[in-house]
Amino acid sequence: MRPKNAKIVEIVCETPSVRTLRFDIAFDPVPGQYLMVWIRGVDEIPMSISYKDGITVQQVGEATGAIFDLEVGDSLGLRGPLGNGFSLLGEEILLVGGGVGAAPLALLGEEAKERGMEVTTVLGVRCCDDLIFRERFEGAGELVITTDDGSMGICGRASAGLSCLDLQDFDQIYLCGPEPMMADVIGRCRGMEAKIQASIDRYFKCGLGICGSCSIDPEGIRPCVEGPVIRGDKLVGTEFGRYKRGPSGRKR
Amino acid sequence: MASLSGEVGGIWMDNPVMLAAGILGTTGASLRRAALSGAGAVVTKSVGVAERDGHRGPAVVQVEGGLLNAMGLPNPSYRHFQEEIDIGRGGGVAVIASIFGSSPAEFVEVATGLDADGFELNLSCPHAERYGAEIGCEVYNVETITRAVKGSVSVPVWVKLTPNVADISALGLAAERGGADAVVAINTLKAMAIDVESCRPILGNRFGGLSGPAIKPVAVKSVYDLAGSLEIPVIGVGGVSSWEDACEMIIAGARGIQVGTALGNPEGYGIFRSISGGLSSYLERKGMALQELVGAARRFP
Ligand SMILES: Cc1cc2nc3c(=O)[nH]c(=O)nc-3n(C[C@H](O)[C@H](O)[C@H](O)COP(=O)(O)OP(=O)(O)OC[C@H]3O[C@@H](n4cnc5c(N)ncnc54)[C@H](O)[C@@H]3O)c2cc1C
Ligand SMILES: Cc1cc2nc3c(=O)[nH]c(=O)nc-3n(C[C@H](O)[C@H](O)[C@H](O)COP(=O)(O)O)c2cc1C
Repeated sequence: MRPKNAKIVEIVCETPSVRTLRFDIAFDPVPGQYLMVWIRGVDEIPMSISYKDGITVQQVGEATGAIFDLEVGDSLGLRGPLGNGFSLLGEEILLVGGGVGAAPLALLGEEAKERGMEVTTVLGVRCCDDLIFRERFEGAGELVITTDDGSMGICGRASAGLSCLDLQDFDQIYLCGPEPMMADVIGRCRGMEAKIQASIDRYFKCGLGICGSCSIDPEGIRPCVEGPVIRGDKLVGTEFGRYKRGPSGRKR
Repeated sequence: MASLSGEVGGIWMDNPVMLAAGILGTTGASLRRAALSGAGAVVTKSVGVAERDGHRGPAVVQVEGGLLNAMGLPNPSYRHFQEEIDIGRGGGVAVIASIFGSSPAEFVEVATGLDADGFELNLSCPHAERYGAEIGCEVYNVETITRAVKGSVSVPVWVKLTPNVADISALGLAAERGGADAVVAINTLKAMAIDVESCRPILGNRFGGLSGPAIKPVAVKSVYDLAGSLEIPVIGVGGVSSWEDACEMIIAGARGIQVGTALGNPEGYGIFRSISGGLSSYLERKGMALQELVGAARRFP
């Protein structure tokens, strides 16, 4: 598919470094699927779908910075929805998000609630100003907040929020956030890795499973088409949590 | 099942269906996975002397009947690539290193800096300044670079040709004179796609190379012409996505086939077994050996 032209109809400043863009076109995604977002003249980067008609972007570099320069009425090129997305299984589920990782989980939580599932969310952020989508998660079920600086909720990392829960209670656990956080959660779930689904971040270029840029050692899983959601047991023993590759393919 | 094993361009293979250069070949893990999925040999991503991040995105765009790409030869440089080749070899098939450079000296530096089962010289990438097709469309360059690499390594050397010339056979003959063990045809065709809303070229590099089903007839003709004028084997690549496509390439004169863009089809890595399985059944049904099929179209002059 060629990139579809999408006009920005609304921009919401969620935090100083995170913005949501809503478009004049909507998708019918499986939560966890992503778009390749073409910022014309700059680059094309992967972004999870956070609303049927929106993405939520954290400014970290050149392309995301260019998105922050856009205004309502400007447009982007969008390819997608791509990838597999999360699969909703069981009755009681746990969402664990860190930072902007909350983006695909919010859409997932809403869909789970619609299906009558019981949803608990643990969101970890650096400080209370970094929290996004609080109302969406509270609307879907119970929300536990952790902050690194103790400015809201439990003081500590997302994992500190997990210690007040019995992970055995959940049929399925969904993760999206910084890799060390996700690796840490998977590490705490010994024996339950198969009921974890993690949305992982690698350097995506083609989004079609052919360029090899995002391949995961040692089995060569292609997250851009076989992911970005990968079951926890398939991540155990891989590069996940240890290293990733840059745009040239070199480990870093 | 009919046997598909044999030698292709100086390399023994269980079957002649290989992974094409630049498709998933950035990491050893992907090369190994292709090998374990039934590829007869695997070709790496093209590597050069210096680390490159590649062109800005979009690096690919799907178009009618095919795919346009301008990856821009991203690679970690040969200095960081031996480990990937070694991991790839764990798949049990030959690992051919695709290499590029801007001069005979650069090609030799990369080739002598790597231990691989063979080399494929990328004299054909259409979207990287100073590299690939920019030098590979001159017969003089093809011959001197091939001779330089051939003189510096002891493993087979294949030369990958560009179809973006009036006479691809002239390039093939130059590679043969330079001592190549095989030629590989074709790399992508120069192409471009433009977004009508913004009036901008879609690829970050503005233009790139077309691959996939749309280029298969061009590849078949190139293979047919090359096989008709060269003594050395021809390896066919371009738009192969089924055993029938592979068969067609072989009948046109290819001793081996490479698969690229079709790895993005839903069957993914499964494509190697479906092509080799289909080829084998075809030979069985026809009561033919693979060698008899090579260039069979020449019987109809
Ligand atoms: C499937 C998938 C879904 C994604 N969904 C989202 C999303 O919903 N929202 C979102 O904001 N981002 C998301 N990302 C990450 C996003 O694609 C990158 O942040 C983006 O590509 C960075 O591009 P850039 O040009 O701005 O940064 P670059 O210029 O490429 O990098 C600038 C600096 O940022 C660092 N950096 C690069 N990527 C990240 C990263 N992911 N996190 C932190 N630092 C980084 C680099 O190491 C570098 O130091 C997703 C990634 C994937 C693979
Ligand atoms: C994404 C992509 C990357 C490629 N990278 C390289 C490369 O690094 N070196 C090279 O010689 N050919 C490269 N090619 C060309 C392929 O190896 C092949 O010649 C071409 O795509 C035609 O075959 P296909 O239609 O089966 O893809 C690349 C092709 C694609 C689509």
